[in-house]
Amino acid sequence: MLYSIILYGEDGAFERLPEEIRAGVMEGHQKLQAVLAERGKFATIKLMPVSSAVTLSPPTEIGQAPLVVDGPFAETKERFLGFYAAEFASLEEAIEHAEYLSTPYVRIEVRPVQWAGGVLADESKDRDMA
Amino acid sequence: MTWLEASFAECRPRAIAALTRQFRDMDIAEEAFGDACLKALSVWPKSGSPKNPFAWLLVASRNAGIDRLRKMKRQAAWAESPPDADLPPVEDTQIGIIDEDGLRDDVLRLLFICCHPALKRQDQLAVALKIVAGMSVAEIARAFLIKPKTMERRITRAKCTISENPIPFEVPSLAERARRLNEVSLMVYLLFNEGWSTSGSETQFKLALCEEAIRLARLLLDLFPGMSEQMGLLALLLFQHSRRQTRMNVDGELVSLENQAREKWDHSMIAEANVLLEKAARHGTAGPYQLQAAIAGTHAIAPSDRETDWARIESLYGSLYRIHPTPVIRLNQAAAVSRTLGPVAALEMIEPLAGELATYRWFHTARASFLSDFGDYAGAAAAYRTAANLQPTLPELRILKEKIIECEKKFHSLSESQASHRP
Repeated sequence: MLYSIILYGEDGAFERLPEEIRAGVMEGHQKLQAVLAERGKFATIKLMPVSSAVTLSPPTEIGQAPLVVDGPFAETKERFLGFYAAEFASLEEAIEHAEYLSTPYVRIEVRPVQWAGGVLADESKDRDMA
Repeated sequence: MTWLEASFAECRPRAIAALTRQFRDMDIAEEAFGDACLKALSVWPKSGSPKNPFAWLLVASRNAGIDRLRKMKRQAAWAESPPDADLPPVEDTQIGIIDEDGLRDDVLRLLFICCHPALKRQDQLAVALKIVAGMSVAEIARAFLIKPKTMERRITRAKCTISENPIPFEVPSLAERARRLNEVSLMVYLLFNEGWSTSGSETQFKLALCEEAIRLARLLLDLFPGMSEQMGLLALLLFQHSRRQTRMNVDGELVSLENQAREKWDHSMIAEANVLLEKAARHGTAGPYQLQAAIAGTHAIAPSDRETDWARIESLYGSLYRIHPTPVIRLNQAAAVSRTLGPVAALEMIEPLAGELATYRWFHTARASFLSDFGDYAGAAAAYRTAANLQPTLPELRILKEKIIECEKKFHSLSESQASHRP
């Protein structure tokens, strides 16, 4: 089954951490990516800060154009930071892999994927994963 | 900094803002927040970090502040207040709904307090760094290159000035809110410039100012997500900061834009800034920060100095000049004109500015560079000399001296070759 490993945390807190700690966090990501690459296909995404987002607020009726507004509005809660999606034999196995990413900075959710599509560009070489 | 401290720092501006409203006193707000952080340091590692750290810290700070006030009252008035029951522990269940709109005005107000008109600009920045960003006095002093004792005195005095001239707590009118946002944006912009205007050994301390400025710009955009100028401001700072690794060489000398190693620019920062500008463009008319960001962005996406879209830069400076008709913007526009139409057009354009910018170093360096492009090396050397007499920083002076020698050499070889061609 395809599982997603979803990361939540405080927007901006990671960027404040000293280089060594950030490097330690990224090591977990690199390890997981290496393991997943050996197992087959996977996708991963790290989102930009929420201030770069726009929201399509739902129209009242089907067929109407949505209103495009800036941002999600100011919130102080933790935010969706990014995710992984890969094929795992069991929930157990998905959790085991999610543990590569476990640090004090993120809350990790493991959730099965109902359907998926598309192909993500492989730009892992020059991507800034921070 | 540990992850807990990073989390506290993220929460700090909003928390201090809300606490300042509650206690009507910035010192108590700062102390109460400090108490709450101490408590979190002992509680979070044991019980796990709360799902909403901000709300946790806010409640804990409020309790700590009330506690402090009670103690102060007891000490001051010998009042026999009845023994209070211990404050209940902070739990997630206690955390009610946070009024995000009210909080937004509180944060804006707190930042606006720091731009108090009765304060000198540098003191405004220092107070903002101390109270909002939570930098220590020692760190701030190092960034401004002054003694910690002096900085301490200045911050204390600034706080006194602020409390003697209070800013009201009412919900601001639309016009007042816009005015505050303008003032605060300018402060953030100047804070970044303060950090940017540096060279040599103190760079790392100064760069901390740039990072704080970017955080404040992010905070403003978080609070006012629909304001295109806030997008522009953040984009501008990100574009500039993306060049931080390349603007100085190993000897601490400034490297001009055209000679910077573009592959070492921070491309994820540039990407984010570009997105912000795209978002801002959806709003129609561009304000000054947006225009400046667009100029910086044009440089950021150019593969080289030669392949830069100078025509676009020229037209952006033209738009900026229509909003802010200042001689310095005109001078920058002329620099772009020198690339599109050549040095003669640029020299003509800056001629009327000579009086107003007589003591502005960059006027003379720009004029020198146009003259040199035109082949008037003697004139260029003279203009560089004028600039060298207008208090340049040491690294700038070093560059100016090199330029003067270079121009003189060219002038001599030119006059020699002319002499040898004479019949």
